[in-house]
Amino acid sequence: MSDIIKNGRVHADEWTVLRLAEGDEAATIALPAGRVIVPLAVWQARREELLPKAEAGVLGVWLAGNENPAALTADLSALPLVAVDFPKFADGRGYSIATLLRTRLGYGGELRAIGNVLRDQFFFLLRCGFSVLQPQEGKYTPAQLDAALASLNDFSEPYQAAVDRPEPLFRRQSRRPLQGEAA
Amino acid sequence: MYQYDEYDQRIVDERVAQFADQTRRYLAGELTEDEFRPLRLQNGLYIQRHAPMLRIAVPYGNLNSKQLRTLGHIARTYDRGYGHITTRQNVQFNWPRLEDVPEILDQLAKVQMHAIQTSGNCIRNVTSDPFAGVAADEIVDPRPWCEILRQWSTFHPEFAFLPRKFKIAVNGAKEDRAVIRVHDIGLDIVHNAAGELGFRVLVGGGLGRTPIIGEEVAAFVPWQQILNYCEAILRVYNLHGRRDNAYKARIKILVKALGVPEFARQVEEEFAHLKDGPSTLTQAEIDRVAGRFNDPVLSALAQDAGYRARLAEDKAFAAWARRNVRNHRVQGYASVVLSLKPYGVAPGDLTADQFDAVAELADRYAFGEVRSTHEQNIVLASVREADLFALWQEARAIGLATPNIGLLTDIISCPGGDFCALANAKSIPIANAIQDRFDNLDYLFDIGELEINISGCMNACGHHHVGHIGILGVDKNGEEFYQVTIGGDQGNQTTLGKVIGPSFAAAEMPDVISSLINNFIDNRQDDERFIDTVRRIGVESFKTRVYAERTARLEAKEIAHV
Ligand code: HEM
Ligand code: SF4
Repeated sequence: MSDIIKNGRVHADEWTVLRLAEGDEAATIALPAGRVIVPLAVWQARREELLPKAEAGVLGVWLAGNENPAALTADLSALPLVAVDFPKFADGRGYSIATLLRTRLGYGGELRAIGNVLRDQFFFLLRCGFSVLQPQEGKYTPAQLDAALASLNDFSEPYQAAVDRPEPLFRRQSRRPLQGEAA
Repeated sequence: MYQYDEYDQRIVDERVAQFADQTRRYLAGELTEDEFRPLRLQNGLYIQRHAPMLRIAVPYGNLNSKQLRTLGHIARTYDRGYGHITTRQNVQFNWPRLEDVPEILDQLAKVQMHAIQTSGNCIRNVTSDPFAGVAADEIVDPRPWCEILRQWSTFHPEFAFLPRKFKIAVNGAKEDRAVIRVHDIGLDIVHNAAGELGFRVLVGGGLGRTPIIGEEVAAFVPWQQILNYCEAILRVYNLHGRRDNAYKARIKILVKALGVPEFARQVEEEFAHLKDGPSTLTQAEIDRVAGRFNDPVLSALAQDAGYRARLAEDKAFAAWARRNVRNHRVQGYASVVLSLKPYGVAPGDLTADQFDAVAELADRYAFGEVRSTHEQNIVLASVREADLFALWQEARAIGLATPNIGLLTDIISCPGGDFCALANAKSIPIANAIQDRFDNLDYLFDIGELEINISGCMNACGHHHVGHIGILGVDKNGEEFYQVTIGGDQGNQTTLGKVIGPSFAAAEMPDVISSLINNFIDNRQDDERFIDTVRRIGVESFKTRVYAERTARLEAKEIAHV
């Protein structure tokens, strides 16, 4: 079971991420027991069957980088968890997907970054609205993950608006003009 | 220039700490090579031919004397005694040790400098007109807008891992000196029919492997909305730009694939959601940023009689003034270009002592401020006419007064094979060989305005496509050859040059340039510039001349060997 970061702390995770292997069919694949995060394709193929589980808080959906989050528009209020997959850490589509889920589609539940999630991206991921960060299992030792918590606060006052601070610095703080400041 | 406030300083300080820790973890083996690469690139750190190469941001080319002295210190202490002004107005060092980079960044932070986003697949350092704020043809000073864009793009969390690099340039004058048409986003500050200020937005320009001139996607975006509009562009690109092939990942490929109308439609759709949102700019914010530029307050001076007398008396001074001095919007002042293209030096190189000496000149004659230019020179923006003669003498003493700005020897060149691991061929020795051939000043003046741009490979760091004469290093069976284009141009009429034919060996290049020039001289009408003659008579006659003379040379050589 992997560790996740939530609310600035390390937690043991209770969810299993289901990924389709070659030959697996979205319509027929067996779901693991317990809380499970299924691919969008599985959700779309079996929405009727899975909706009660989502409403019971034990089923979430994950999106790949090329999937449009608007595909979930009608379901977001029922889903306790949406995850976005980072196939490579340098593939930045997930940041825009998260931003759209939070700002455009009004998603308020758990938003989780999964896949190739690295410590050096934590700060950006949080800014784009992820509430849970899940590095690949075994990527970090417990000690490294604890140390990585420091990365959550790399920058104290970022300039631009993003999901976590929806106003840019110039609206959040009164920044002084030059006059009256020691050069 | 812009003065940091406590927030600007804190972000840079926090960056120094962050990168020091990332470097430490990399050296300790906690970060893999692959994981560290994008992190160091976003901090301007390449691994190059000899050592890491560190690119330091010079936002829209603005530097003060304190910063110049720090750059001199870095050149002297951590490098081999020189640094390099790049075609994106930044400063590059070729020999620092990775272990020293955190310390270098710490020293830069103390003078309000950094290496943030000078490289990597993020929004790069914003570039602009080196004469911003002082140009006689300026409509609006672009610098506060550049600074606003700089702040917005710095560690933008959504756009730190784009499909590819992303470059924004801003122009605020009638004549575009920022080459906005070859940038991912080119912003032209304009007024609409109602007299309101806004931006004409060009997207999808760029050179490299697939050179394309940017196209207009919005004729007018009100200034209040410019961050929202840029965000819309970036989001469409981030979500839909290609990631399967690095050569096809720039926004220009997406714009081409969708077509401008469809691309513009997608941007508009995104923009509709962002318009009037929290990133909408306010007059108070513009005023605040503009107010943090501590520009000298200049009032018109009487024209300087001494200056005029010197011009009449001293031929060398007059030649320099004609080429290297530009009109200023305030009477009695001028802008000066220090040439970093003396004979035999890599275009754009400055020694540590020259960094210090330029700082000295800036303090004494130019209110402590300079600009770097994409032509790889340095501008002193505001100099009293009365000081020009003394300034010239001192600039001459440090080798920065070659009167060749805009002339054939003012060559733009990438570092090429001497430094760059991607190069197909050397660039600097070609530049030097051409400078050597044309070392007669009277002849240079006679040839007139001419831009030669050299790139060591198709990445086009030397902007060869937009040189009046462009030279591109190519590899043929492991040997270095050079392909020549003519008719390229930057500015309001940005044009991509046309290839004249098969490539040449390095040793032929000065002769090839001579043939081109001779054909121009024979065909020019009145005071036509090279580029105008090319436009008027076409490429063919140049091509014929170059290859005919080449054949004659080769035959003469064979006869000599019989
Ligand atoms: C020595 C290390 C360097 C490396 C490895 C490097 C690499 C590259 C690459 C790969 C590209 C093409 C990007 C693309 O089209 O997607 C590029 C473009 C560019 N580089 Fe460099 N470069 C280096 C140095 C420089 C220097 C020293 C300058 C300035 C003198 C420079 C200025 C540029 C410019 C202006 C472009 C843009 C061409 C365009 O408009 O698309 N680069 N560089
Ligand atoms: S054009 Fe090619 S050779 Fe020149 S600096 Fe760029 S990547 Fe290197």
